[in-house]
Amino acid sequence: MQVSQRPVIALDRVTKVYPLPSGDVVALDNISLAINAGEFVTIMGPSGSGKSTLLNQIGCLDVPTSGNLSLAGRDVRAMNDRELTDLRLTTIGYIFQKFNLIPLLTAYENVEYPYLMKHRKNDDTGHVRRLLAQVGIDEALAAHKPPQLSGGQQQRVAIARALVNDPAILLCDEPTGNLDSQTGVQIMEVLAELHRKGRTIIMVTHERDIAAYAERTITIRDGRVA
Amino acid sequence: MIGKDILFQLSVRSVRLHLLRSVLAALGIVIGVVAIAAMGMMGANMTLSVTEDLSKMANILVVRAYTGGGGGFMGPGGGGSQGGGSSQGSDEEMITEDQFRDIEGIAARYGTVYFVHSQSDTIEIGDSWGRATIFGLDPAVIPDILELADGEYPKSTTSVVIGPRLVQRFGLKLGSKLDIGDSDEGTTTTVRVVGILSERGMTMDLNTDSAIIGSEKLYTGIYGEEGEYDQVTIAVDDLDQVATVKEEILTQLNKKKEEVTVQDSSRMLETITSTLGTLTSFVMAIAGISLMVAAVSIFNVMMMSVTERVREIGILRSIGTQRSDVRRMFLYEASILGLVGGGIGAVMSLVIGYVVVLGMVGTTEFFFAGESLWYIPFAVAVGVIICIVSGVYPAWQASNLDPIEALRAE
Repeated sequence: MQVSQRPVIALDRVTKVYPLPSGDVVALDNISLAINAGEFVTIMGPSGSGKSTLLNQIGCLDVPTSGNLSLAGRDVRAMNDRELTDLRLTTIGYIFQKFNLIPLLTAYENVEYPYLMKHRKNDDTGHVRRLLAQVGIDEALAAHKPPQLSGGQQQRVAIARALVNDPAILLCDEPTGNLDSQTGVQIMEVLAELHRKGRTIIMVTHERDIAAYAERTITIRDGRVA
Repeated sequence: MIGKDILFQLSVRSVRLHLLRSVLAALGIVIGVVAIAAMGMMGANMTLSVTEDLSKMANILVVRAYTGGGGGFMGPGGGGSQGGGSSQGSDEEMITEDQFRDIEGIAARYGTVYFVHSQSDTIEIGDSWGRATIFGLDPAVIPDILELADGEYPKSTTSVVIGPRLVQRFGLKLGSKLDIGDSDEGTTTTVRVVGILSERGMTMDLNTDSAIIGSEKLYTGIYGEEGEYDQVTIAVDDLDQVATVKEEILTQLNKKKEEVTVQDSSRMLETITSTLGTLTSFVMAIAGISLMVAAVSIFNVMMMSVTERVREIGILRSIGTQRSDVRRMFLYEASILGLVGGGIGAVMSLVIGYVVVLGMVGTTEFFFAGESLWYIPFAVAVGVIICIVSGVYPAWQASNLDPIEALRAE
């Protein structure tokens, strides 16, 4: 565990409002928090509390209505779509509850995809294979397409994909939500190992035993830090 | 390397995944490409064929009396000889004997100069009747300008040679007798067929395939018009001299006022190729409608593809795929449909185009000429461009999807 005092994620009075015909919905209300490099943080909260919205802001899938958000020292609100997309490619690794692998690509190609997008060439260094091996996917499995893999295997592939561009931040949205408890534990072991190696991890979950893997828990209720 | 592009791979796999749908969409492009290419090739082959025919007549100059207007370019006696009925001669301006002598004086040293009397009239053969053009020529020049398929050239005022179509139509043969003129209206002149001409096709000077050709005396015996000619034709020996002869005649004879016009094959060629060009464009435009239908089908398939792949687009965007890359992926897909359809269309165009040209033009002599085959890449390019254009809006829509919304799609 190497927690640096330099915040890799900093939210300053971040508010997210969704304008709806029935009236504005405040999903995040003046949230300020800082997460240092190397931290393993869990975001918890009941359904509709705003934890996924918070993760979407940090993951640059969405931008705050007001307030400041900086990722790895860069101001997210000032960025255009191209820059945000680039940040998602190079600085953020996303792990989803539903794995979200591309069904038309093999496991190997799924992992190689962000590498290709970043480097605009195939991986000829063996990096993708090493990552797959690290999460427990051998070459035979890597040649399969996602529908041919089990949930646990798919999530391992998704973790390898999230890591392929060596991102500063790993975002996990209910990573064990679609897995049985035994596979869930295996996945959490993989994430815990990544954290031990110094990776910054922010994880949304509503399971307490999963949250226990993190060293800090932020609870969100009604769009505010509780 | 586009083949190695992962987005291209995704497009290829998407097309393969929905093979039947993709094949049906591409089929529309195949039909459109074949239609455009076949029509284009037909037009090109017609033009090439006519151009070759006319280039054989490049040495012919036709002098007619100035009538104030442009005047027709076709040789007298062209077209059908049934129906109609207005005679070609007496009321019109004619070339006079003096003018003919002048023309002969200028042009005789450059080639053969001969006058042409012509008239459309009723002919009767036994019980059947019809119309034909009757030409009156100087008997001395007939052997020089007309080729016999059978028999001999006319030597008397009662003997004629006839065109091969007339032979077919009335079942005439050597020695047959026919009456020129309408027996109900008065006198007729009976003549005997002594020769049958070879087929000449469409020409500038004399269209003899459906005509009766006799001596000047025979003609003037029936119609009068002595010393008045419908046209004077010059067959110039040296092609390089054609322009000079034309110029000299115009200068000499039109010195005081516009008396004669001189036509060469270039104007006829121009008019025919321009007419054929317009006709070709028109039928190609009609064929193009099938490509428009194909475009709608491609658009539909692309919209379906975008709708089905919303979640995939959401994933791609969330892990760092730029909008431009998403657009590219869908444009690849449209291009693949276009290229596959265009490729198959190109091969089929060769086969179907060949059949169409054979059927419509009658010869495939020019089928493999550049001007003809050019329509294949042209039609393929139009097909591919239409496919890509049809893919633009779906691709744009895909690239503008909100990643969060797209990820929620099931």
